[in-house]
Formats: sequence, C-alpha cells, structure tokens
Amino acid sequence: METYSLMREFADSWMLLFLFLFFIGVVLWVFRPGASKGYRDTASIPFRHSDKPATDEEART
Amino acid sequence: MLFALTQINARMGVWDDNTLSLNPPERSRIVLGKTKGRKMLNYIKLIALAVVTLCALIAANYARDVAYLVHAIIIALVSGGLFIWTLRRVGDTTSHPQNEYMDSVVRAGVIATAFWGVVGFLAGVFIAFQLAFPVLNFEWAEGYANFGRLRPLHTSAVIFAFGGNALIASSFYVVQRTSAARLWGGNLGWFVFWGYQLFIVLAATGYLLGGTQSKEYAEPEWYVDLWLTVVWVAYLAVFLGTIIKRKEPHIYVANWFYLSFIITVAMLHLVNNATIPVSIFGSKSVIVWAGVQDAMTQWWYGHNAVGFFLTAGFLGMMYYFVPKQAERPVFSYKLSIIHFWALIFLYIWAGPHHLHYTALPDWASTLGMVFSIVLWMPSWGGMINGLMTLSGAWDKLRTDPVIRMMVISIGFYGMSTFEGPMMSIRAVNSLSHYTDWTIGHVHSGALGWNGMITFGVLYFLVPVLWKREALYSLKLVSWHFWLATIGIVLYAASMWVTGIMEGLMWREVDANGFLVNSFADTVAAKFPMYVVRGLGGLMFLLGSIIMCYNLWMTVKKSPAKESSLSVAVPAE
Repeated sequence: METYSLMREFADSWMLLFLFLFFIGVVLWVFRPGASKGYRDTASIPFRHSDKPATDEEART
Repeated sequence: MLFALTQINARMGVWDDNTLSLNPPERSRIVLGKTKGRKMLNYIKLIALAVVTLCALIAANYARDVAYLVHAIIIALVSGGLFIWTLRRVGDTTSHPQNEYMDSVVRAGVIATAFWGVVGFLAGVFIAFQLAFPVLNFEWAEGYANFGRLRPLHTSAVIFAFGGNALIASSFYVVQRTSAARLWGGNLGWFVFWGYQLFIVLAATGYLLGGTQSKEYAEPEWYVDLWLTVVWVAYLAVFLGTIIKRKEPHIYVANWFYLSFIITVAMLHLVNNATIPVSIFGSKSVIVWAGVQDAMTQWWYGHNAVGFFLTAGFLGMMYYFVPKQAERPVFSYKLSIIHFWALIFLYIWAGPHHLHYTALPDWASTLGMVFSIVLWMPSWGGMINGLMTLSGAWDKLRTDPVIRMMVISIGFYGMSTFEGPMMSIRAVNSLSHYTDWTIGHVHSGALGWNGMITFGVLYFLVPVLWKREALYSLKLVSWHFWLATIGIVLYAASMWVTGIMEGLMWREVDANGFLVNSFADTVAAKFPMYVVRGLGGLMFLLGSIIMCYNLWMTVKKSPAKESSLSVAVPAE
C-alpha cells in the first residue's frame, strides 16, 4: 500500500478512536468524585505568591 | 586571599546554598570553578559574536538583493555591538536571586508591546486610507511604501510584534507567579526578548524591501525563519524550565494554554517554512510543498496561527488576569480543563475552510467546515467561563474600566467565534470569501479580543511592575475604552456592509446570464465604507496613544506603593 493510503487509513480509524477516547477520558477524569475540592485549591493559585517566589518550606508537592 | 575571594564572589552573587554549607577550601574551589566557567562562557560568546559579525560582513559583500544586503548589515551591526558590549562587561556577573521574580524582562516586554501596538495600528490606519484614497500610494515611495508592501508590515506588526510581545511578557509574568518560582535560565529570558525584537526588525525591513515568501502571516524569508526558530526554542526552554521547577503541585490552567501556544507555533512554523534557499547570499527561497499541498499547508498554518497564537495564548492571559482583576477565582476550573482539551483537539483541523471551491478535495474542505462548526462549543465554553468569573462581582463593571475592557474583549471573543464558524460554512463562504467581510471578521477578533484583553493586561501590569499605588487616571482608561469600542464597531459594521454588498455585486447576473458589475464598479461602490473603516481605525489608534500616555504618567507621577518602600527591592 502506498504511504498516503496507509497513513490515511490509520488516521481515520485507530488514531481517530484514540483521540476520541482520550477526550472522553479527560471529561470523565475531570468529573471524578472528590475532584471539586482539589480544583478549588488549584483555582486559587493566582492569589498566592504574587510578590515573591515560594521558599523551600512553603513549597507544596 | 580567601577573604578577598569571598568578598568578590559575594558581591557578584555567585554564592548559592550548596557552596555556603561546604568547608572553606572546598568552597573556594567550587567558586573558582564557577568563575572559570563564566570566563570560558564569555570567551565562547566573544568568539561566536566575532565570527557572526565577520560572516555577516562577507554576506553583505556578496549579497544578491537589497533585502539581504540590508539584513546582513543589520546583523553585522547588532553582533558587532554585542561584541563590544560583552567585552566591556567581562568579569561582571548579573545576580539572579531565587527569592525574587525576574520582572525586568516583563517590564521591557510591556514597553515593547505598547510601542509596537502604536506602530502597527498606525500602519493599519495608513493603509486603510490608502485603500480609500489611492493617491496616498505616493509616486516617490513606489515599490517601498505602497499598499502591497505595507499590508504585511501592518499584519505582522500587530500580530507578531504587538501580540507576540504581549504573549511573551505576560507568559513570563504568569508562569513565575503561578509556579511560585523565578524564571528559569537566568539571562535566557533577555535573549528571548531581544532575539524576538531582532526578528521583528528583520521581518519588517524585509517586507518593505521585497524580501518575502508571500505566505500570509509567514512572510519572513528563510534566514529570518531560522533565527525565529532559535529564539522560539529558547522561549520554550525558559517557560518549560520554570514550570519544571515550580513550587505548586498543579500546573495552573493559564500555563497549559501558553504552553500549547508555544509548542504548536513551533510546529506550524517549521512545517510551513520548509524552504530551500536559492542562494546562501540571497533572500529568495522556494517552498518544498507544491500546488494544493502548499495551499493546504499554508492554511493549516494560517488558521492555527489564529487558533494557537491569537486564541490559546490570549486565553492563557484571560485565565490569569481576569480572575486577578475581578479578585475571584475562575468560574469553573473543570470547565477550563475541558475547554483546553476540546479547543486544541478541534482547532488543528479547521484550516481547510480557507480553501472552499479550490483544487482542495471536497472531503477536506467539508472536514474543515465541520470542525469549525464544532469549535463553537469550546469557544463559547471558554467565553462563559471568562464572563461568569465576574458573577457576584458584576458591580465592578461600573467602577473599574480595566475589568470593563477585559469583559468586552471576552464579548468580542464570543462574537468573532460565532461569526467565524458561520463564515466557514461552504454556502456562506461562497458569498463572504475574498470580500471585506473577512477583513471585518479578522478585525473584530484582533482589535476586539486580542487588542482589548492586551490593553486590560497592560493596565493591570504597569502599576504592579513599577510598584505604583494605582493607575494615573481611570478617566483616561474610560476614554480609551470608548474610543476603541466605537472604533471597532465602525470598523466591523462598515466591513459587513461593504463585504456583503461586494459579494452580491460579484455574483449578480442579468437575464442573459452575463455579469452585471465589473470589478471596478464594486471598488467605486465601497468608497464611503472605506472612509468609515479608516475613521474607526483612527479612533482605535487614538485610544492606544491615550493608553501610552496614561501608562507613562503612571510610572512617572503615580505615588509609589507603600509596602514596597519598607522592603529593599534589588535593582535588576
């Protein structure tokens, strides 16, 4: 099979399926139980450390 | 001797936590090694700059065209100047205290953004009046300052110089704050800034002198493209390096948008500029793609320049600065994550809608059209997320003209992402394509969304970066707001009228099937709308000049912030 047809066939079958499932996975992951609490913390990142970087003690992992 | 070394190195700021905890002999060895390393680096820099200067002068001697000659001279002057500058500073070290943010480069970026903005808007107003009054294509400047040469100068100045500097500066600001870490790479941030300015100067002078690949938004010739690649890799390194050393567990959503912008633009740039130079001593190059593949590659690039440069990057600004100015977190963080993935998965496919009714296969342009329509979803999801961030704080709209600016920019984002998918539908496109409607659509997006959010960000950043209590005048911000808004409305409305009119005139046939209008008939009919468009642009330009005055006076006259007086701030 010529390269174009091969890649075309792969792109509109397995790759398409993979991208679609990945996206569905992202949506499911975002709405996982208990996610809201973590996201509330993440959403407040802009309101911390606006003047100077965190010291090593302040660093959160 | 050890004491002297300690003194010198402490002054130079080469100590770090590790060297301080070692015993003295070891410490001095490490410090000596470090200064040796610095010296070596300086030697390498000097040799490289000397070689570049020499090569540029040789290139100027053999130059085959004017654009190349001028560029070779510019490069020789810049690298020669840098050689002297580096030579005079051998032995100096700049300190990079890890407990401070690197804001100096952001300040420079803010100044560059405001400067290039005015330049780009001025060029736009001038070419708008050139279209209305062709006499402005002066005889004496023919071949240099006529519409064809100035148009790419205008588009590149506003998109890459104004928009690009706004993106680089704001991304450096945001990534430091949201990572709670100083910018990675020391002076590499400065290299990105100045390297990008050099790219702009080379691109702009090239257009005027005829050095262009004639690819929309990718006009710069091969050596300018190569230089931008170097600068962009450095930009990616600085941004990613800062994210990697972050002190927050999560990467804030604004950084996801900025990062996708940096990576995608790199990919687009490399593929769409795959050219082979005709001569190493000339600016002309030939693209490796041929025919319809070239057209598709160009619009895959062109539309994703809109999608990732003008949308994803600026959404990064929205997700940081709107919450900051509204003083409340983003409406829904979950929505922002879905917004991100949906936007980047869909945008990349939308390019073929620029090539309806061309040699491009129908299936490809249908694919582009379908993806453009599906894009409505994430675009409006993002708009809702930005607007609803103000829920509970809508009263701020009455008192704070800066938030008003940000809100109207999100409004324009919503409007142009509604208009765009509609225009991508094949039937609508058959009327709108090649008409002024497209120009109107682009400007409601660029002036409304990109321009207004950038103005909002500049109004936020200047008092913070120069440590001022507040802006010099909120009244002037209001003036700017209304001048810009009315200017955009005049611009977009006149382009709708003239675009639809000219589309209808082009397709009008008489009873025998002959075309009714000649092309010149449409040009004559468009004259009043062209004047209105020029006036709209003039108002937008006036607003931006008022902004520059306001920001200048903020730095000069506004009282310094109290808290910053008690804490020593190192000059950097």
